[in-house]
Amino acid sequence: MIGIDRLSVSFGETAILRDVSLTLEPGRITGLVGESGSGKSITALAMIGLLPTGATAQGSINLDGRNLLTLPEAQWLDIRGNDIAMIFQEPMTALNPVQTIGAQVSETLRLNGTPRAEALRIARDRMDRVGLSAIPLDRYPHELSGGQRQRVCIALAIARRPRLLIADEPTTALDVTTQAQILDLLCDLVRADGMSLLLITHDLGVVAGMADHVAVMKRGEIVEQGSTEDLFRTHSHPYTRDLLRASRPVPRAPRPLSGDVVLQARDVTRRYGAVTAVDGISLTLHRGESLGLVGESGCGKSTLTRALLGLEAVQGGTITLLDRPGGAAMTRADRAKISVVFQDPYGSFNPRWPVHRILTEPFHLTGRPADAEARAAEALHQVGLTAADLHKYPHEFSGGQRQRIAIARALITRPEVLVLDEAVSALDVRVRAQVLTLLDDLQARLGLAYLFISHDLTVVRAICDNVLVMQAGRFVEEGPIARVFEDPQDDYTKTLIAAAPMIPADWLEDR
Amino acid sequence: MIRTLLSRALSLILSLVVASVVIFVMLQAVPGDPAAFMLGLNAQPDTVAALRAELGLEGSLPARYLDWVSGMVVGDFGTSYTYRVPVSGLVADRIGVSGPLAAYALLLTVVLAIPAGLIAASMRGRAADWGVMGATQLGIAIPNFWFAMLLVFVFAITLKWVSAGGFPGWSDPVAAIKALTLPAVALALPQASILARVLRGALIDTLDQDYIRTARAKGLSRRAVTVRHALRNAAIPVLTILGLQFSFLLAGAIIIENVFFLPGLGRLIFQGITQRDLIVVQSVTMLLVFAVIAVTFLVELAYTLADPRLRRR
Repeated sequence: MIGIDRLSVSFGETAILRDVSLTLEPGRITGLVGESGSGKSITALAMIGLLPTGATAQGSINLDGRNLLTLPEAQWLDIRGNDIAMIFQEPMTALNPVQTIGAQVSETLRLNGTPRAEALRIARDRMDRVGLSAIPLDRYPHELSGGQRQRVCIALAIARRPRLLIADEPTTALDVTTQAQILDLLCDLVRADGMSLLLITHDLGVVAGMADHVAVMKRGEIVEQGSTEDLFRTHSHPYTRDLLRASRPVPRAPRPLSGDVVLQARDVTRRYGAVTAVDGISLTLHRGESLGLVGESGCGKSTLTRALLGLEAVQGGTITLLDRPGGAAMTRADRAKISVVFQDPYGSFNPRWPVHRILTEPFHLTGRPADAEARAAEALHQVGLTAADLHKYPHEFSGGQRQRIAIARALITRPEVLVLDEAVSALDVRVRAQVLTLLDDLQARLGLAYLFISHDLTVVRAICDNVLVMQAGRFVEEGPIARVFEDPQDDYTKTLIAAAPMIPADWLEDR
Repeated sequence: MIRTLLSRALSLILSLVVASVVIFVMLQAVPGDPAAFMLGLNAQPDTVAALRAELGLEGSLPARYLDWVSGMVVGDFGTSYTYRVPVSGLVADRIGVSGPLAAYALLLTVVLAIPAGLIAASMRGRAADWGVMGATQLGIAIPNFWFAMLLVFVFAITLKWVSAGGFPGWSDPVAAIKALTLPAVALALPQASILARVLRGALIDTLDQDYIRTARAKGLSRRAVTVRHALRNAAIPVLTILGLQFSFLLAGAIIIENVFFLPGLGRLIFQGITQRDLIVVQSVTMLLVFAVIAVTFLVELAYTLADPRLRRR
């Protein structure tokens, strides 16, 4: 059993964690939830003795009667990988690209003197255990998919049968179906091997489906903890209540749509060599409509989106925007009628530009109007910011505010169509809820049509009128959102919906 | 892999052809007639004409170009205007000095730079890092001919460990290596400083990567992750710089060769230019281009060894 008792971590004068206490029992899954910056990852790093330089820790982490916080580095080397192991969020970068996966899984075994042949045999065994029996050990990480790489990370972490596995957002970067498989695997490791699992996530749905015990963190403190179902049912702490409410945005009521078609695609095909990324797809988007587009990575969502935005030529089919040629054939003035908001607001801004310059950049499409600055101020106002923010720089804003700026930039040319490409996926649930409300509101006021691309089915369910389910370059199912979610016809749609982690609805009923 | 190699080899040959044309055309544009220069101011026009014919300076440009290139392919680089001996013999003698000198200097560069870069990166922000950064700053800033003279003063004149200059030839390898030691050190110092800084930067970038954290989480010590995981990932920028440095060391040693009175390629090309010995300049330049392209080719091969993502199965 591993116990954290009144753990506090600070950088100089700044306290990052305050009096965190948590007990991790064998064979149990403990969920640690909270928003970004709440201290979840720092807690994990403290438990494995890898706090960033400059951080100081107080309190204790107890393992077999020893306080790990007081151990010298040399003794930590025997604990990491042996008693406590960890996997991280981003499987694409978590493995060394120049070493074979076999070398990386067996390396941890070689550390305690296991001979090479024996280490490789155990590595093979662990790879089989995580469901990679078909993958030879001499493969390099770049030859595997994201889900397979995360499995390798798990194999590597469990190689020496640690007593505690810390999983820090292990499935956040993965598709829903892959996520479900990885979570199943982790569950199985705990139940079958008696390992203890600390599951860190921002996704309450994941915790609801898996954890025995949940701790909720806010600004470096655990505000509430208890057995999962009790905690979710009583949600006594207001912060937990807020998180839960924001995690399950309420679907909006069906509403009548205007008959005006703003964007239409017919039989659009895009091939890369022998690969057909988009295979004869047709879609229609009406004024004021929110159309969801869901599917796993590699299904062709991004290619289709790029084709609709005119960033990619197509080999077949036609795209029409407001009765004029769309896609790559658009004139600059036409392009001003379709805008896009991407997932990562920080990556899509030039960090050396002030907000007013970021906002007015799309005017190169239409020619800069005389009242450009006034329109920038108006756009900021529309997204809930003020004109005082015009002269600030991107780094002065929070993630949610930056995404508002990205929306303002998309609105500045007064478009008819807004493409929202995973636009709320990187946001914390409470911020996400606010941005979704903003999008709803903008649509009502400006009559915008949204093409809403997301891997997050809860969000799509809440904001969209209709949905397209894409697999291998084709739509396998499309229709009104409530019908598709409640009565899916296609097997793939059923799989996707079943795989999406959900908080059981009856846990949330107010009492 | 084979296909990559073939396409690389083809682009290597193309580069050589383009380079040979450029070199040939540019040297035609250089002012000064070698024949007139050799015969002096009072030469008779018909003597000059006779010498021009003898030197192969008559005839159409394309014909002379083909002559030159086809000669080079079979190892005939023409005859030096001033020395009146085959250029190939001159070059062979000089390569016997410049090649080993460059290799020696490169070896010293690597031997100095890798530990320095490793220490600086793993002790980032601490005294050892400051020490390495300061020393390499100095190594880059000090003109290497001045450093060379300092070396001569200390090791040749004061301590009398080695001679101050000249090259005894390879009949006595120990003496030859001794003679090349000071020039190699003088050449290596700035190069090692640059390489150590490049390695430090590349290692620091690499040590911030997620897979380093993974390796630490599985129980590897800080030193073990640096050596086993970071070093090879930091190799690409280091190999790039190393390739450039070898080319530079081969041809760029003119000043050092002058300080130490070494009969190397640098001096040969320098003398060729001052004496309008254009055939020597042309051939040695071509040879250096070949060396640079060949080294680049080898560096690219080394990339694929260092990084499996560049290999195609």
